[in-house]
Amino acid sequence: MTAADIINALTPLVPGAAFEAAPSVDFATVYVPADRLVDTCRALRDADALKFTTIIEITAADYFPRQPRFEVVYHLLSISRRARVRLKVLVGENGSLPTVQGVWKGAGWPEREVWDMFGIIFDGHPDLRRLLMPDDWDGHPARKDYPVQVKKGAQTYEPLEVSENEFRANIERDRVKRTH
Amino acid sequence: MAELRTETMTVNMGPQHPSTHGVLRLVLELDGEVIQSVMPTIGYLHTGIEKTAEQKKWQQVIPLVERMDYLAAQSNSLAYALAVEKLLGLEMPQRVKDIRVLIAELQRLASHLIWLGTHAMEIGAVSMLFYAIRERELLLNINELIAGFRFFPSYIRVGGLREDLPRGFHESVNAFLERFPAKIAEFEGLLTKNDIFRRRTEGVGVITAEDAMQWGLVGPIARAAGLDYDVRKYFPYLGYESYDFAVPTATEGDVYARYRVRMEELRQSVKICKQAIARITPSGVWACDDPRVVPPPKDKVYTEMEALIQHFLIYSQGFTVPAGEAYVPIEGPRGEHGTYIVSDGTNRPWRVKMRPPSFMAIQALPAVVKGGLIADVVAVIGSTDVVMGDCDR
Repeated sequence: MTAADIINALTPLVPGAAFEAAPSVDFATVYVPADRLVDTCRALRDADALKFTTIIEITAADYFPRQPRFEVVYHLLSISRRARVRLKVLVGENGSLPTVQGVWKGAGWPEREVWDMFGIIFDGHPDLRRLLMPDDWDGHPARKDYPVQVKKGAQTYEPLEVSENEFRANIERDRVKRTH
Repeated sequence: MAELRTETMTVNMGPQHPSTHGVLRLVLELDGEVIQSVMPTIGYLHTGIEKTAEQKKWQQVIPLVERMDYLAAQSNSLAYALAVEKLLGLEMPQRVKDIRVLIAELQRLASHLIWLGTHAMEIGAVSMLFYAIRERELLLNINELIAGFRFFPSYIRVGGLREDLPRGFHESVNAFLERFPAKIAEFEGLLTKNDIFRRRTEGVGVITAEDAMQWGLVGPIARAAGLDYDVRKYFPYLGYESYDFAVPTATEGDVYARYRVRMEELRQSVKICKQAIARITPSGVWACDDPRVVPPPKDKVYTEMEALIQHFLIYSQGFTVPAGEAYVPIEGPRGEHGTYIVSDGTNRPWRVKMRPPSFMAIQALPAVVKGGLIADVVAVIGSTDVVMGDCDR
């Protein structure tokens, strides 16, 4: 299935969306406008000629300093049509995309990973938290302007400090409790 | 009598629980023994391999990606090498393809043996681990033979293989292939009709074909639910279409079906290995003839100026890859191992992304085990064959 076939099948299903085929060496690649992404994905999943029922992965690439800097990439698989397609969506700095978790359940974690690594926000995602990096991490490591080596101390909590007087007072209080 | 007050109990499982295949942490919410909800936490093995790969030259990424899925190291490097070769437009000689097929299938056997041993051990058949590890040892010996390294041989390179096959390779592989089918029967004799094993696995952790597609669980998990999707059949690479093998499937989609599918995959892999080793000549061509990527032979390096310069260039600057992007899937032991690479036309990758099957399997875990018993969680994790190095990268 070539990119032109896919665009021809999609155009009547998603009216008004401007799709654009991109050159590729492996399989069809289509640029999708961000505002029509969910409609497009639903059409790709449900249309009989397409049937891209399987989500393979969602990832992104940072083309800094080009603008818009990010390309979010969706790899889809149609088992019944033996076809693959790559969807690409352009996203700028601090940009956001609609989530496609309503279309494929398996989109949840890949989208979380893209947010974690690139800082691209997926609107409507029910659980957009850090996935691979610790919860308190600063920045998004896969960005090109993020330094390769970052030194960060291990996160520890302040040791519990009890003075001698407090210690004695605690023991006294416990004793009183026990005798009553 | 006053109304009895009940509340759910939250239990933390991992990240160091022995049956979580590495460092997976699960927070279970329990009502008695019944699971109300599961929240997996991953990332404990995240080592930033994809970010590191962007700093390396194309060939230097091979040892890095082998450390992602450490039980199927050469599946990673094969997917990566195929992706880079796709961008370079390289076509491998037939002998290289056959050796790669053989190595990929031996890797599948080694990975499935670890799955079999740990999965059965977690369900209670502890001795199974020793049966499986004993056979895997022979496969690691073959790795040691071809590369001097047992876990991460880095034998598959962009542009072919590292060097020609060593002496004794055919004998070792043939000896293993002769011995192994009887061992599969032995494993099955211990488990397939084992009443305890079947009671722990039948009807547990059912994943339907529809769910498998929705969650992206293409691989043995989907095949156990009746979906016959296998990359080797649907999108053949390395000439898999010329090998005679079947894609085992089952329909139940439970833990026991996944066990049966993987056991049959062991047999089919042996079948492919036997065909491959018969095709491979003991010595011959082991890389493509593209001088941009493959260093010239040593005798030429010592005698010809051009070869010396080329040798120096390849080892100091590496080679450049045309700008573009490629996603190449292969059928790994856990399902579709894919590599997505982006090149900007220089000697270092712009982006390397592995498609981790374990990542998708752990994502689906809460939906699969919900409503089941706490002991089933262990059976389900074992049957999905997750490897945290693959999941966290």
